[in-house]
Amino acid sequence: MTNHWRDIKHADVILINGANPAEAHPVGFQWFVKAKLDPTKGPGSGGGAKIIHADPRYTRTSALADVYLRMRVGTDVAYFGGLIRHVLENNLFHADYVKYYTNASFIVKDGFDFKDGLFSGYNQANRSYDTSTWAYETEGDKLPGSSGSTQAAAKRDLTLQHPRSVFQLLKKHYSRYTPEVVSGITGIPVDQFQQVAKIVGEMGRPDKVMTIVYAVGLTHHTTGGQLIRSGAVLQLLLGNMGRPGGGMNAERGHANIQGNTDHAISWEILPGYLRIPAPGQKTLDEYVAASAPKKSDPNSWNFFGTNYLNFMVSLLKGWYGNAATKDNEFAFDFIPKPSTNSSWMSIYDQALKGKMEGVILSGMTATSIGPDSNQVLKALSNLKWLVVMDPLPTTSSEFWHAPGMDASKINTEVFMLPATHWIEKDGSFVNSGRWMQWKDQVIPPEGEARHDHWIMAELFDRVKTLYKQQGGKFPEPIMAMTLDYKDPKKPELDEIAKEINGKDLSTGKQMGSFANLKADGTTTAGDWIYTGSYTEDGNLSKRRNGIQDPTKNDPTGMGFYSTWAWSWPLNRRVMYNRASADLDGKPWDTKRPGIQWDGARWQGDVPDYPVTMNPKDPAAWLPFIMNGEGVGRLFSNSMLDGPIPEHYEPVEAPIPNPLHPNQSADPVAFLYDQAAGRPNRFGKADKYPYVATSYRLTEHEHYVTQHVPLLVGLQPQAFVEVPDELAKEKGIKNGVRVRVSGQARGRGTRHQASRRAQAHRERQARLPHRHSHPLGLRRHLG
Amino acid sequence: MTEITRREFLKLGAAGTAGMALVPLANPLGFDLAAAKKRAVDLRIAGAKEVHSVCPYCAVGCSLIAYTKEVNGKTQLLQIEGDPDSPVNEGRLCPKGATAMQLATSARRVDAPMYRAPGSANWEKKSWDFMLDKLAQNIKTARDNTFVAQDANGNIVNRTEGIAFAGGAAFSSEEGYFATKLMRSLGVVHIEQQARV
Repeated sequence: MTNHWRDIKHADVILINGANPAEAHPVGFQWFVKAKLDPTKGPGSGGGAKIIHADPRYTRTSALADVYLRMRVGTDVAYFGGLIRHVLENNLFHADYVKYYTNASFIVKDGFDFKDGLFSGYNQANRSYDTSTWAYETEGDKLPGSSGSTQAAAKRDLTLQHPRSVFQLLKKHYSRYTPEVVSGITGIPVDQFQQVAKIVGEMGRPDKVMTIVYAVGLTHHTTGGQLIRSGAVLQLLLGNMGRPGGGMNAERGHANIQGNTDHAISWEILPGYLRIPAPGQKTLDEYVAASAPKKSDPNSWNFFGTNYLNFMVSLLKGWYGNAATKDNEFAFDFIPKPSTNSSWMSIYDQALKGKMEGVILSGMTATSIGPDSNQVLKALSNLKWLVVMDPLPTTSSEFWHAPGMDASKINTEVFMLPATHWIEKDGSFVNSGRWMQWKDQVIPPEGEARHDHWIMAELFDRVKTLYKQQGGKFPEPIMAMTLDYKDPKKPELDEIAKEINGKDLSTGKQMGSFANLKADGTTTAGDWIYTGSYTEDGNLSKRRNGIQDPTKNDPTGMGFYSTWAWSWPLNRRVMYNRASADLDGKPWDTKRPGIQWDGARWQGDVPDYPVTMNPKDPAAWLPFIMNGEGVGRLFSNSMLDGPIPEHYEPVEAPIPNPLHPNQSADPVAFLYDQAAGRPNRFGKADKYPYVATSYRLTEHEHYVTQHVPLLVGLQPQAFVEVPDELAKEKGIKNGVRVRVSGQARGRGTRHQASRRAQAHRERQARLPHRHSHPLGLRRHLG
Repeated sequence: MTEITRREFLKLGAAGTAGMALVPLANPLGFDLAAAKKRAVDLRIAGAKEVHSVCPYCAVGCSLIAYTKEVNGKTQLLQIEGDPDSPVNEGRLCPKGATAMQLATSARRVDAPMYRAPGSANWEKKSWDFMLDKLAQNIKTARDNTFVAQDANGNIVNRTEGIAFAGGAAFSSEEGYFATKLMRSLGVVHIEQQARV
């Protein structure tokens, strides 16, 4: 989230796409309801915020919404695109914000084009874009700045009239998204779409603000990045990014998915969203040049790009201590460099090829995640060993005696290591709103259970001993890795939290801010975005000054509660908050201030800006300090699948894309079967004419709640929600058993188990296609 | 009668009988509901220790208060409820959070390390030392077998291709960071968690 849960109560309009917070995040949903019940919020003269829910399924969120839009699965870009067009064509955008706080005025190079569903630079053979034609037209020499982080200044036209200005390109691009076209793609009736467009259009007024909330219904698509970007473009046009009650807010689905994404349990990043280095990058300078954002305006701070090297060196210094020196590029060679996509599904593809020897699972099950469980079972059978660290048995630990498996033929050694539960250890969870909240150990470990990090520390210690005794391949990083804990085999989580924050090696003091990290090896930071969480004042995530005393703990009354826990970056509660105030530093809406300039300092939330920088100084930085442009990007050349979001059908969509039937799906979508050397297995509409979505019930959280008797008692049975029309067509009555199958989960898969048909709550979107029936499949049984 | 929050119960308790005496006056039925509720709460958590936690399920991040008591030298979990001080949940919990205690005390816990040998149809209970030694040797062998120091173009890549690590949406951030640091130091490139899928 750019904002946080409590902040949603400030919104006048709440757009919800690809999410069902009333059921999946019920306690967070109280803030939506607060906005709805607050007569000072809402469009026009108020009367309560309007909740607009666009989703293929009618859920409890829809029931509490002011407008429910039944939309066809995967068509959110068309919906947002239609709203963008409405805002642009009717001059409803926030004019000053768009002019000064976005890249609307930037001029794109001659040669950029979009035709028949393809942007310029497409290479059919390797299914990728050469993005050089998506660059800005520049003038003058490279801007001054740290190595690898600058380029020549982009040309701008503040009248926004230049035909190659981002503003005009955007207008042209979305001119195709008329209400009729949007309706034809999404299934939302034209009059209903126009009703919503009218409400949303009003949110470009500086005294109004809208938030967009989404979840995996947007992210889990081949076009996930663009689905989210289309919402962000709308928010930038309306001037809603950076403002309390605004922003783009992702609801995360697990207690610590945020924290452990930040800490880079992800193949393509290092902690703090630094990119994993690629083969061929021989030095840190080459790495930074290929990874850091490039400053493209003289007034852009480009804070991330400027400090990229400082962050990376501080990480390396933290990990490899004395072995990381200036002479060896701070042990840059110790970081592994992947050659290809090494994400989730490729783990099992490598196993199928016999290239993966062992898999370690910690609180995650392989077999219940992904499109083809049978294939994963086969992959696990092909491993030499599998480790499952979990408090409870999982479908992975038990895979070798699953139905249909012949244990005598499976040679995988399986290690079930009992791990402690969340309540048996301390440490922090980071919520969707980036709040790092410490939890204490409540009870001691059950039985012989051990903490995951103690298991890993013990293992690492034994591996290290083996390398010392037996020698082996490149032991240097293993020997050099710092273990500065009282007991290296039992590090305390508080010690690790301290390490993550980092310290000044010359004074031994904890760092107070990542702004002071250096590239000369005198500072450390395990994850720079958490620098400031554990200062000389201690572990700030333990702070508990909440609503027991609002006067003291929330002096602005805006709900920041800055001494409750800690939020990254730097305890800032609303990201990009410089954009919540106008050019002079006055809040766009004085009733809902983020930060404001008092003549000497920025007051309010922790400013996303230098605290004493006078906004009237001609040299003052532009508002978005993290990217190269210094402004919000309506057009982004850092996306691999297009600089402007475009509607593409899902890869397996049963109909061709109405906008460009010859380029129906995302032209650069990663095709896993193809990448693994197998023929693609896409479901075709003649065999699989229906679209299904999967979801969680309030009482369930993926698979773990199977172990909670009260919850299983509340929602005991698997069921399928079938639209009325489809049920009639197929003669399916409520309560009968039905069989659901798909291409990837074809005949004979475990997922083909019979399921019971449930109340016919679903209806088809109003389109004359059979495919618009969405089936609802709840997930719980794995 | 005005609804009384848990925090107010505690305050009432602290104020003693003078505070309690005010409640029945505001109650036209003459029945002291607040006092009865307070007594019920007292009975459940009397003499208990209050410990702070966070809900293990979705990422709203609801704060929890857990009540524990030492019984025969063992810490017993008595109750989990929403923390009324939290600006996120203000004491509220959904059905999952409200039943978190059943997850914490599940009878289905794996209570000792279990090993399944190649081709075997059974689990065997083993010691931690057995498991960790065997696994350490497996990790070293897999690393040595699949380590690529230089790619075909002569670039230094120092990667272990034959080990994957996945997980981390359910454990503490500091454990996640520690896992990343260890796995990258072993050269692992296949590192993934729930955010992707």
